[in-house]
Order: sequence, then structure tokens, then C-alpha cells
Amino acid sequence: MANHHGDDGPASVSRRRFLGATASTAALPLMASTAALPLMGGAAAAEVALLAAAPNLSPPDLQAPVDMRLSINGSPHRLGLDVRTTLLDALREHIGLTGSKKGCDHGQCGACTVHVDGRRTLACLTLAVAVQGREVTTIEGLARADAPLHPMQQAFVDHDAFQCGYCTPGQIMSAIGCVKEGHADNDDAIREYMSGNLCRCAAYPNIVAAVRQAKTRMEG
Amino acid sequence: MYAFNYHRPASLAEASAVLVANADAKFMAGGQTLLPAMKLRLANPSDLVDLVALRAELSGIRREGDRVVIGAMTRHGEIATSDVLLAAIPALAGMAAIVGDPAVRSRGTMGGSLANNDPAADYPAAALALGATIVTDRREIAADHYFLGLFETALEEGEIITAIAWPIPKRAGYEKFRNPASRYAMVGVFVAERADGAVRVTVTGAGASGVFRATDFETALTADFSSAALAGVAASPEGLNTDIHADAEYRAHLVGVMARRAVAAATA
Repeated sequence: MANHHGDDGPASVSRRRFLGATASTAALPLMASTAALPLMGGAAAAEVALLAAAPNLSPPDLQAPVDMRLSINGSPHRLGLDVRTTLLDALREHIGLTGSKKGCDHGQCGACTVHVDGRRTLACLTLAVAVQGREVTTIEGLARADAPLHPMQQAFVDHDAFQCGYCTPGQIMSAIGCVKEGHADNDDAIREYMSGNLCRCAAYPNIVAAVRQAKTRMEG
Repeated sequence: MYAFNYHRPASLAEASAVLVANADAKFMAGGQTLLPAMKLRLANPSDLVDLVALRAELSGIRREGDRVVIGAMTRHGEIATSDVLLAAIPALAGMAAIVGDPAVRSRGTMGGSLANNDPAADYPAAALALGATIVTDRREIAADHYFLGLFETALEEGEIITAIAWPIPKRAGYEKFRNPASRYAMVGVFVAERADGAVRVTVTGAGASGVFRATDFETALTADFSSAALAGVAASPEGLNTDIHADAEYRAHLVGVMARRAVAAATA
């Protein structure tokens, strides 16, 4: 993970561009599998909307895909998605931003934490259709690929505030909220206001240290 | 999650009409309880009526004389940090500050929580203790007549909470024993001495039928509003929940502990 976080060079750029460029076509290989599984018709309906050139695939007997306009990390996205699609699934499965993680998918672990209009929000407990007109920021949007890391990202690297790294994007998004809300004055406050983000590796002491460091730099 | 029709009405009348026309429709405020329930297929609304477009109209916190009026779509995070509320009813602001976790508090709303009336939710205890008034699109309901049981309220078909009016008490305190994972109240006790001197002690998270008044505690505190006055008062385990987290006896014990701490907080 340390390498990954430290890698803000060309590799990251190309990866992001690649993901951005292929997001709309990523649905193609999925079609075969979803078409073979009628029970997954809801998911398939979303891809159908993106593939107007596939008239032989009639939408399943569910509500038609909904035309959505989302603003993610400053970029506009127009998608045709099943109305049930959560913001998390829209980000990961349809826009190609897989930094936000799916842990429990029930609002208990915090791995999916993103910012909506600057406030930390659980992407798994938010419908994509409900955040139209709002600005969504994900871990990918914290720092430009050719710029230094966000102070919170750097602090997590400096303090080795993770082991497996799966909860890290959510921890970092939540930690930024924690500092901006003014809840990082002492370790107890940090622990309380980071309590929605679970870490199975129990890197908590290092996470608290990272938040302390980043607070100084963010407010300095 | 089962499929549903999504609505985003721009007016209260329009929102209410969708519910009246569709028996299985549901309002969604912040969605922090409803969406998990839908994911688990415990809730299966035919139509989801997202009230987000009414947020500007239905949110905000303002003092009106001897009460504080909070818009139904006001989020827990906004309530917890409201200067108006921190000055007038700090116990209520403090309650909002420990609802769920910070991310939940940035979407979940007071009106949504009261409409849902989860037996372990926090606000019902405050509403019943302080004598809040639930204001809807068609009438005002006193808290005493609002909570009817587990997830049951006096709200009628298509009725929407627009605001909650909170009388400012002389003093009040809330303490909850949190489930460390869900942050719901295993037992939460709200104590209040109202402006007219009446004392209320209410309990959430423990009752098998939702929020209730602990009248023995009220009697003791009416005579002497101090935690010492509760020394010999015990709650009965009868009618309390037993689940994997705590049995009825333990919850009854916690009612006493939380009540004494809440009084201490109120008199601090």
C-alpha cells in the first residue's frame, strides 16, 4: 500500500485515464453474464441503456433505466442506471472509480465513505439518483495525479496507518471530515468521530496518529 | 433490494398524493434506516418518494419564544452543531451528536427518525420527555399521543412531518448505553424538568413496545431532582426486550444507571 500511495507519477495518470475512457464500455463484457441470469435483470437494465445499439436485448420486466447526471470529482457523468443503483455501485461498476470500497454494503463499516457537497457520506446508503445536482468527491478526487498527495493521504503513508488497505480510502475520506468538522482536537475526539470506520487489521493507533499529523498540516 | 418507482416531488401536496395513490409507497428523508431495510428486503416499497427536493422548505432550526422549532428534514449533524439549540436545549443537541456515526448524521434527519419510530431510536425519548409537538402537513400531534408502538405512530396515510417543536425545559439530560457496533441505544434515558416544573423520565431501546415513561423515577425526581433521589428506585424487567445484546434484567439495571447519569448531566 505504501508504494501505491506514493505512486502519484505517470502510472496513476494512465490508470485513471484508462478507467475514465473505458467506463462507458465496461458494461460490454458484463452483458453476456447478466443476460444469462434473468434474476439479475435489474443490473442488466442499466447496461442496456448504455447500449442503445443492442435492440435485440429488450429491457427486463422492471422499471426502465433512469437517466442520471452526476458530478464526480468535478467531472460530469451521464448514466442510464437502474433506479436502485447505490452511489457506491454507480462509482465502482459504472464509472470505474473503484477507490471507494464495498465492505459491508449496509452502512456499518465505512469503507465506502465519500464526500457529498463536502460532507462525509456512506455511498452504499445513498442512491445515485438522489445525489444529482450535488458534488461527489471520492478518494480519487483528493489530489491530482501530477500533484502531491492530500495531507491526509500523506499522513496515512507516513504513519503506516493500514495493513491490508481495504478500509483506507474510507478512513481517509472520513478523517478529512473529522478534521474539517473540528473533531480532531484530541485522541478521544478522533476515536469517537472516526468510529464509523472499521479496520479489521486494527491499525487504529496509527490512524489516530495520522489524523493528528494531517490536522496540523491541513490547518497550518 | 426490490425495484421501485422513484419520485422526487417538489411540493408537500405532490408528495402526499403519491402515498395516497400507492398503498405500498414510502417516504424517504435521509434514507439511513430505510435503505438498509430495503437492501435486506425487510422493506419493499412499490414507490419511493424522495423528499430531498423539499429540504430547503423543511429544514432549519429557529427559536420561537419558549420553544425551538426544527424542520423535519434537518440532519442530525446540523442539529448537533446548532448554536441555537446548544444554547436552548443542549441535551437535545447532545443526543443528535451520538446518533449513529458521523456519516449517518450527515444524511439522517430528525423527521425521518421520528416517522420511523424505531424502538431503539434516540429522539422518541426526547420528544416524550420534553413534550414535543409533531407538526405535519395537516395538523399538530402531541408527543404523548404520537408514539403507538414498534415502528407505529399516529401518522396517517400520506401524512408528512414538516417540523418538530421542542419546548425549552428548565434542565434536561440524556444518557445512552450504546450498542458498540450499531450505536443504537441498548438503553437510553432522557430526564427533563419542564418549564412548568413537571418531571419526565423516558426510556428508549429497552421497551418491547418502544419508548415509554419511567413513572417511578419521575415520582422520585419530582420530590428531589438529584441522582441521589434515584438511589432506591429500580426499573422492572417486565415488558423489556431480551436479545443477543442484553436480557431484560440487564436492561432494567441499565435504566437505573442511565437515569442517574442523565440526572447528573442535567444538574451539572
